[in-house]
Amino acid sequence: MAENHTVEQHSLPPNPEKATLEGKNKYMGFWFFLGGEVVLFASLFGTYLGLRNSTAGGPGPSDLFHLDLVFIMTMLLLTSSLTSVFAIISMKRGNYKGLLAWMWVTVLLGLGFLGFEIYEFWDYTVNYELGFTTSAFSSAFYTLVGTHGAHVTFGIGWIIVLLIRYAKTGLTLTNAPKFYTATLYWHFIDVVWVFIFTVVYLMGIGG
Amino acid sequence: MADHGMDPSAPLTGEPSKNTKRKLRKEVKTQIIGFVLALFLTSISFISIASDAIPASFAIPFIFMLAVIQVVLQLYIFMHLNDRGNAWPNAMIWSAVVVAIPSVAALMLLLGITKW
Amino acid sequence: MSYAEAQKKSVLWDWLTTVDHKKIGIMYLAAGAFFFTIGGIMALLMRAQLMFPNSSLIPAQTFNEILTMHGTIMIFLAAMPLLFGFMNYIVPLQIGARDVAFPFLNSLGFWLFLFGGIFVNLSWFLGGAPDAGWTSYVPLASHYSGIGLDFFVLGLQISGLGTLIGGINFLVTIINMRAPGMSMMRMPLFTWNTFVASILILFAFPALTVGYLLLMMDRIFGSNFFVVEMGGNVVIWQHLFWIFGHPEVYILALPAFGIFSEIIPTFSKKRIFGYTAMVFATMLIGFYGFMVWAHHMFTVGLGPVANSVFAIATMAIAVPTGIKIFNWLLTMWGGRIKMTTAMLCAAMFIPTFVMGGVTGVMLAVSAADYQFHDTYFVVAHFHYVIVGATVLGLFGGAFYWWPRMFGYTLNEKLGKAFIILFLIGFHLTFFVQHFLGLYGMPRRVASYLPGQGWDGMNLVSSSGAIFMAAGFLLFIINIFVSMKNKETTGDPWDGRTLEWTIPSPTPEYNFAQTPLVRDYDAFWYEKYQGDGKIKAAEPLGDIHMPNGSILPIIISFGLFVMAFGLVYHTWIVAGAGLLIVFGAMFVRSVKEDHGYHIPVEEITKDKGGK
Repeated sequence: MAENHTVEQHSLPPNPEKATLEGKNKYMGFWFFLGGEVVLFASLFGTYLGLRNSTAGGPGPSDLFHLDLVFIMTMLLLTSSLTSVFAIISMKRGNYKGLLAWMWVTVLLGLGFLGFEIYEFWDYTVNYELGFTTSAFSSAFYTLVGTHGAHVTFGIGWIIVLLIRYAKTGLTLTNAPKFYTATLYWHFIDVVWVFIFTVVYLMGIGG
Repeated sequence: MADHGMDPSAPLTGEPSKNTKRKLRKEVKTQIIGFVLALFLTSISFISIASDAIPASFAIPFIFMLAVIQVVLQLYIFMHLNDRGNAWPNAMIWSAVVVAIPSVAALMLLLGITKW
Repeated sequence: MSYAEAQKKSVLWDWLTTVDHKKIGIMYLAAGAFFFTIGGIMALLMRAQLMFPNSSLIPAQTFNEILTMHGTIMIFLAAMPLLFGFMNYIVPLQIGARDVAFPFLNSLGFWLFLFGGIFVNLSWFLGGAPDAGWTSYVPLASHYSGIGLDFFVLGLQISGLGTLIGGINFLVTIINMRAPGMSMMRMPLFTWNTFVASILILFAFPALTVGYLLLMMDRIFGSNFFVVEMGGNVVIWQHLFWIFGHPEVYILALPAFGIFSEIIPTFSKKRIFGYTAMVFATMLIGFYGFMVWAHHMFTVGLGPVANSVFAIATMAIAVPTGIKIFNWLLTMWGGRIKMTTAMLCAAMFIPTFVMGGVTGVMLAVSAADYQFHDTYFVVAHFHYVIVGATVLGLFGGAFYWWPRMFGYTLNEKLGKAFIILFLIGFHLTFFVQHFLGLYGMPRRVASYLPGQGWDGMNLVSSSGAIFMAAGFLLFIINIFVSMKNKETTGDPWDGRTLEWTIPSPTPEYNFAQTPLVRDYDAFWYEKYQGDGKIKAAEPLGDIHMPNGSILPIIISFGLFVMAFGLVYHTWIVAGAGLLIVFGAMFVRSVKEDHGYHIPVEEITKDKGGK
């Protein structure tokens, strides 16, 4: 049952990421992993919400957050989600160069986001004296947003490895699921960010 | 059953079928609409906090609702959770949400500070 | 790699690099049994100390360390890996698959668990074991405990990662790898229970990971999650721990339920009563498992409404569990029961577990819980549940599946002597602890004063522990004595499910031809409606196998090194460990590996030229 490929050899199937059993397994397993990540981030969000007023005399959300910076970061990440969608559409069209190009754009946008986040953390620690150990709020803030940032970093590294490894191979039944799961991961990062900008930044400023 | 002739690292060639091409053209449109919707929802959120016109007591639940809408939108449009064959991913993601909601609520509220 | 090369590996290298679910299952069982023995010895030491009042056999600090490690080892390093061993070995066979969905990740999961387990235990030699209880409540664990807690937090994060990987692997295996005709509602109940337990793992372990992450941050990086004067809150730890901790109870219990659901129909010669109800009861237990965690926190002071909600939800779990109990009883009712050792385990599980369940409902009454909380009543309750279900399930499963896994049958006489001795010991040890708790003896005490009405019962309890140890010794002896009882038919119990259709010993590709499943209890159906042989879903052909890999050990070792660096605040070492991890992951990602094929001639040779 395992290797009963219905695809004709070397011809492009409509969903190359799910054309083999390995691909199907990867696709499904990755979704389940994201299910686990939902609970992981929920726990971090819950902790942050429990501690967000515990500033222990240090700076709090309304002293720190700048809407303009967060808005730019949000736009970068949202756009990178769209470009990774375009990458997958290129893949399904059999346009491998398009896939690689859109993925590189995604990586660049991700790097832009990461740059702003590093600047933001640097700004808070230096200009506002909000260290990781300043208060329970600061610990929770840096842990939640930092975990998201770590995910972004890992995602960028992962996609770059894929892009370099498969720069010259063309689309295959092996690398199609890899690219597809990488974009799923990237979308998930964006999904988490939607809650971060709402719960951490907007709620921090608005109430 | 054995697939000796099939090399999984051989490049896939050829064009997608006409049907697939038509679907992909539609897909581009859907995705752009999804993106515009996400932009719109995000902007509304930021505006409702940035402008002082809306009282915080309304703005907080409002932006939270917008976030939920946007996440569902992203899951179903960008991440294709509505495609056929995605019953199990759907089941798991929503089960995760069912687990996540009481967890967040408890961590936020049930900390022994306010008695419920 | 070709087939010939794959055959040439040395035995040691083969086991270190194996991605075969059967070998990984056996390694889980071996490692789990090792830790189970250590945890058991710790229990004996504790009972020896508590045998008489004012005893000074073991210093209080050491007692706390033994107590913590007993719980930690038994839950994370014994019960779960032993269950994982059975899941790994049996589930693919029950669904007619040649392997799991992710053979590489399966191996990675095992090695992560093993390295994590070793790391926690290294604390014994490097400055003292953790001493804050397996629940490790803060601020005791975060600010008043020694270096042992660092080992605890990091080691369990590593092994927890392995468990999570294992859970995802089982889920995808069960969904994607079933043989043709094996619909979800034709799956054997052990597979169903594994499936639901894996869902629980998937959603429970991330909460624990976050809990340990925060504790690690507080201990090693000076954050303030649990520092009250800096605005921290200690109840957060309790929530995170129990959001994981309560589902964990069902992660331990459900697979055991599944084992009993295989044993009871087999030895009653009857189809399981109420299959559909069993499946839905399993799912319901899984769901409730996530909605009741705060019943461990009734005395925190969350408030009356919160306590009531969680109390009622907790009591509701008795309903699906009751459904299961009655279904097992009705399966036995009117069956041609054959009281083998495995069946004896299953039969004795029912009353034992019901007693644990009843005290569970008592504990769920939140007002009464203020009296029971942190007394020996709780100790008695959870030992009745975990030994009653999980440990008896593991022993029952061992006797049931031993011929499948090792090619010989365990001695029945010795087996019955073992289980009777073990059960007598168990009830002696733990039944009196209910009353010790009601008379006010707190749990986790290193000693107690005489004349409080506790002396006699503690003596009884400790003597019972000796019986349990003696019983376990008989089990170990049985393993070696029985080696000559070779099992060659492949179907020693007149089995009902697919794992008994394979010749013994199990070939590495499991099924020469993927089976075609025509009904629930597929093998039984063919025995009575067909010709007694399972139909094949495909012609005989070359079989694709995945290549072994050493990378899982390297990745696990990298995390091990990194954890050392973190414990001793040596960031270079931690960075080096992380580099090893990412390096190995990079190699895995870059090197395409398409496995090899076993030629059809080898397969016909195995079948004796049939």
